Amino acid sequence: MTGPRTSRYARDVAVVAFAQSDHLRRTDELSEVEMVMPVLHEVLAATGLKAGEIGFTCSGSSDYLAGRAFSFTMTLDGVGAWPPISESHVEMDGAWALYEAWVKIQTGEADTALVYSYGKSSPGSVRDVLTRQLDPYYLAPLWPDSVALAALQAQALIDAGETDEPALAAIAARSRADAGTNPHAQLRGAVPQGDYQVRPLRTGDCPPVGDGVAAVVLAAGDLARQLCERPAWITGIDHRIEAHGLGLRDLTDSPSTRTAAQHAGFFDAPVDTAELHAPFSSQEVVLRKALGLGDTVAVNPSGGALAANPMMAAGLIRIGEAAARIHRGASDRAVAHATSGPCLQQNLVAVLEGDRA
Amino acid sequence: MSTSGTSGTTGAPGATGKEPVAVVGIGQTKHVAARHDVSIAGLVREAATRALADAELTWADIDAVVIGKAPDFFEGVMMPELYLADALGAVGKPMLRVHTAGSVGGSTALVAANLVAARVHRTVLTLAFEKQSESNAMWGLSLPVPFQQPLLAGAGGFFAPHVRAYMRRTGAPDGVGSLVAYKDRRNALKNPYAHLHEHDITLEKVQASPMLWDPIRYSETCPSSDGACAMVLTDRAGAARSPKPPAWVHGGAMRSEPTLFAGKDFVSPQAGKDCAADVYRQAGITDPRREIDAVEMYVPFSWYEPMWLENLGFAEEGEGWKLTEAGVTEIDGDLPVNPSGGVLSTNPIGASGMIRFAEAALQVRGQAGEHQVPGARRALGHAYGGGAQFFAMWLVGAEEPTT
Repeated sequence: MTGPRTSRYARDVAVVAFAQSDHLRRTDELSEVEMVMPVLHEVLAATGLKAGEIGFTCSGSSDYLAGRAFSFTMTLDGVGAWPPISESHVEMDGAWALYEAWVKIQTGEADTALVYSYGKSSPGSVRDVLTRQLDPYYLAPLWPDSVALAALQAQALIDAGETDEPALAAIAARSRADAGTNPHAQLRGAVPQGDYQVRPLRTGDCPPVGDGVAAVVLAAGDLARQLCERPAWITGIDHRIEAHGLGLRDLTDSPSTRTAAQHAGFFDAPVDTAELHAPFSSQEVVLRKALGLGDTVAVNPSGGALAANPMMAAGLIRIGEAAARIHRGASDRAVAHATSGPCLQQNLVAVLEGDRA
Repeated sequence: MSTSGTSGTTGAPGATGKEPVAVVGIGQTKHVAARHDVSIAGLVREAATRALADAELTWADIDAVVIGKAPDFFEGVMMPELYLADALGAVGKPMLRVHTAGSVGGSTALVAANLVAARVHRTVLTLAFEKQSESNAMWGLSLPVPFQQPLLAGAGGFFAPHVRAYMRRTGAPDGVGSLVAYKDRRNALKNPYAHLHEHDITLEKVQASPMLWDPIRYSETCPSSDGACAMVLTDRAGAARSPKPPAWVHGGAMRSEPTLFAGKDFVSPQAGKDCAADVYRQAGITDPRREIDAVEMYVPFSWYEPMWLENLGFAEEGEGWKLTEAGVTEIDGDLPVNPSGGVLSTNPIGASGMIRFAEAALQVRGQAGEHQVPGARRALGHAYGGGAQFFAMWLVGAEEPTT
């Protein structure tokens, strides 16, 4: 057998290694290059590959977090791109960098890929920064921040009878309890739900602000087996975007997640694990509904974005955490999800599977 | 263990044989200093609808959208693709955002082409833009970050020493840069979408323009433009339905190297040489000087034409300026370079690379109008960015590739 039976693509591609930094509230003493390098070294060491042996490299980050144009040009230095490498970058979460790398491997032009992403939110106010990703003429001038927009979504859910404040608090508590076994998480254990940030969301319903890095190695076919004892095959991956205007969307649903899941073959068979990029507790409710997840599925066993939400890396971490569970035999079929934009505007769904014994 | 390069040894059945990719629609805006009449959304939609009209397709025919632009600080909008999803008909579809500095327009087209080549999607809209009038590009490039090497704001100041190094290394005479600028500005007069239309341009005027960053004169630099460029890429079946001749992608590649390190050759970066070599290998080109009919080269400062002629293998090392001086790169020369007028005449930064790719495609489709190179069958589109560290190129042909 050369790969999973459910593959629908030209080539079988797997996540063969995953590494991440500790996610911290501040990393004042570290440049982005210094943050990225140890994680790159760790993920490459896990495969025995050197940077020059990788077929394609792709990263995800945001200039607005770095506070400077072309910020990713410097982190490339951390890769050690000499002799020159085949390389690209998305101004998005690293989950989409992984998607670009997966497409590159599908063309046959590369057999392996290094994917990394990072975000340092600590130098600025991420609530203010994220207002700059709204419609620049009509919405951004009002400076509605990300917590306020998420609160609108949470209130819509409560009004629709989909959840209530105790249920949201339970999601937050479960996430941070699960993060107790995740040494990289920023918030772990019993964290008080706290005061209202923007009603109905309390501190505990919101993600921590922090800095972090994630990296993944992809490989195709038999090479994946050589590099990893139990590869996490990407049997489906798709992403979709919705309208930007919140008034044009039903905030209690995520049709783009559902469409992406359909195209990724998610509904073909049950999953045992779901790593959902839900920075706000209320967004887990929306995503559970879009994917029809039952109580038998382990949702965010890593603690999820409520325990660590390094911007631009948190989505890639979901794929990495799901893959890592497959690597160690804790999961046979998992779904990983990444999001971008206000109130789950853009969503990526990846289905990962391990070979059955 | 080498894991890069050609496939077929490690993948599942079907690992070999990419889907051929065709350019069937191209749209540009009229590039100008400031488009006060449209929003960013209006600007990109204008280019996209023109590309769809050229392909005689509708929004419903598009499976995915790949968008690129240079830094978000140039307009002051973070991740503008989120806001632009509606304007580009992307709602309900996949939308990917690429950013590889100045090479982004080329990289964006290559990412879109890969979606088709991998048979993930059949028809893809790709678009790149910059609306520099919304903000201030110099400010956008001048934000300092503690503990990091700045990229030396003011692109001219960064590149001028490398031009001087080229002149010293090759013995090129002072006037070569002016010849390039004079040529490109005259070519731009034949291109209705070009930004600078200097009807009274003379070589003497270029030579008399103020020195900005010695040896780069004012008239040897690119303008700041508002503009967008879009292409519709499709598979073999889509090409068969195309109402106009398609341009076929015969090869495409990206290469990157670090910004600053002791071994870097800023005059002729290794990443550029490697990228070109990969594209030529894919396209079966062994003698680029004779086998390529037109080149759309990323020349933001005039001296980069002779420099890239060498880097891209069109001239031996030290000989590039001789081709320029001999008129080889004129539109009626043996190897026309930038018949569109190039970046020197039009520079919406994030779109500039895609314009190079699109203009190369227009040439082999025979659709370049007044700046058409007669009988162009194979053309190269070239882009670079960062501190001459990111490269993206494609080679397009009038014939469907045989391999």
